Amino acid sequence: MTELLDVESLLGEICDDLSQHLVAKNISSPCVIGIRTGGVWLASYIQKNLGVSKSCGELDISFYRDDFTRIGLNPTVKPSSLPFETEGRDIVLVDDVVMSGRTIRAAMNELFDYGRPASITLVTLIDLDGRELPIQPDIVGRKLTLKENQQVKLKGPEKLVLEVTEK
Amino acid sequence: MAHPKEPNRLQLNDQGRLRHFLTLDGLDRATLTEILDTADSFIEVGARSIKKVPLLRGKTVVNLFFEASTRTRSTFELAAKRLSADVLNLNISTSATSKGESLSDTLQNLEAMASDMFVVRHSQSGAPHFIAESVTPNVSIINAGDGRHAHPTQAMLDMLTIRQHKGAFEGLTVAIVGDILHSRVARSQIRALNTLGVSEVRVIAPNTLLPVDIESLGVSVFSTMKEGLDAVDVIIMLRLQKERMEGALLPSEHEFYELYGLTTEKLEYAKPDSIVMHPGPINRGVEIESAVADGPQSVILNQVTNGIAVRMAVMSMAMSGQTAAISAATPE
Repeated sequence: MTELLDVESLLGEICDDLSQHLVAKNISSPCVIGIRTGGVWLASYIQKNLGVSKSCGELDISFYRDDFTRIGLNPTVKPSSLPFETEGRDIVLVDDVVMSGRTIRAAMNELFDYGRPASITLVTLIDLDGRELPIQPDIVGRKLTLKENQQVKLKGPEKLVLEVTEK
Repeated sequence: MAHPKEPNRLQLNDQGRLRHFLTLDGLDRATLTEILDTADSFIEVGARSIKKVPLLRGKTVVNLFFEASTRTRSTFELAAKRLSADVLNLNISTSATSKGESLSDTLQNLEAMASDMFVVRHSQSGAPHFIAESVTPNVSIINAGDGRHAHPTQAMLDMLTIRQHKGAFEGLTVAIVGDILHSRVARSQIRALNTLGVSEVRVIAPNTLLPVDIESLGVSVFSTMKEGLDAVDVIIMLRLQKERMEGALLPSEHEFYELYGLTTEKLEYAKPDSIVMHPGPINRGVEIESAVADGPQSVILNQVTNGIAVRMAVMSMAMSGQTAAISAATPE
């Protein structure tokens, strides 16, 4: 069974919520950074839609994972790319799915190795149950509760499609 | 010490992933490409203000150098530190063994200090294999150069440098010049270049500085620079290893320079966009003219920078393979 969610309308809602959030926080020129791979596709959409910053950053958190000693190194690691200074900047960090919170922790550790940002706003398309760390997104597209045998995956980048599949 | 016929039995784990890094013999193109791709990501880390990632935090890396080295040892040390490992540098030639301790006793003591990785340089071919055979499963061995046998991280940093400047390996002609006979670097380079699929690997040297079995490695042999450098894309100069020379292999350094030294004039035989490499330390006026070593086609200092990234890649991949092998062997 495959259930498809309408990513474009979710992204529209996210951009609206994010704009209001940034106004309320008095943030005028944030840097948008996506976490590979799905987060980068979403970040690129958000950055173009909001018309903020000239380009998008890309984070590959492979070198910062906390399960290296259990599962080893990701063989398809790619260089992170932050084409701007992050020191003292307001960052919008984007990922497709937040569940345990460990990916976000790794991403924040990596970000701090580039400099000390003024703030980080977390945006995720999907918020799943199963948090293991005290990390909550500021902007969420949709909260989902999956059955034990289900998983969710964002496919792209040409057309973004969110698939909920049975394992 | 004999060279094992099947190096991969030792250096790959059951999933076919690196757990030691001893030689390029037997490693396929996919594995070499994975090392280069991983190293590319570490180059980006080296360009940050904080040049450190937490991959090997809490791990202990021991640099076991039974033979002198400055560049290789210091880049291995920096690589380990940038992976957040703790590093111990042991210069064995001046320590325990001179007090009569055997190699295996030294190793057992280091294992008792809960070391996770030994980076080994030794003047005897096969020493890292021997150590890899004898250590516990909790230690990975990285070959930092053994005798005349292999120097696999040097070859891989050279491959990374070639890929950076030439984009791909297909279609390239690469010339390796000088003292092939004593060079573990040349052996590893020839293996890597052929595995990665260059069009032609040439060696240029006097007969006295070529091993007898050289053609079997998959190279074309030239005895003059004029023929050998004709239209090549990459020139790799080797150091004249005077300390390893016994007997009259060369009439004189001066004559060697006249015939095989890379000068501005001889460089013109190669393609105009060719690059010049050298594993260091360079002997100016013996293998290479200063104007070439410091010239626009020289990528010698890029090689040094790339050495750190390649060593970070190999160390993290071997540690990853060790961890996977141990967890596969441990029941849940």
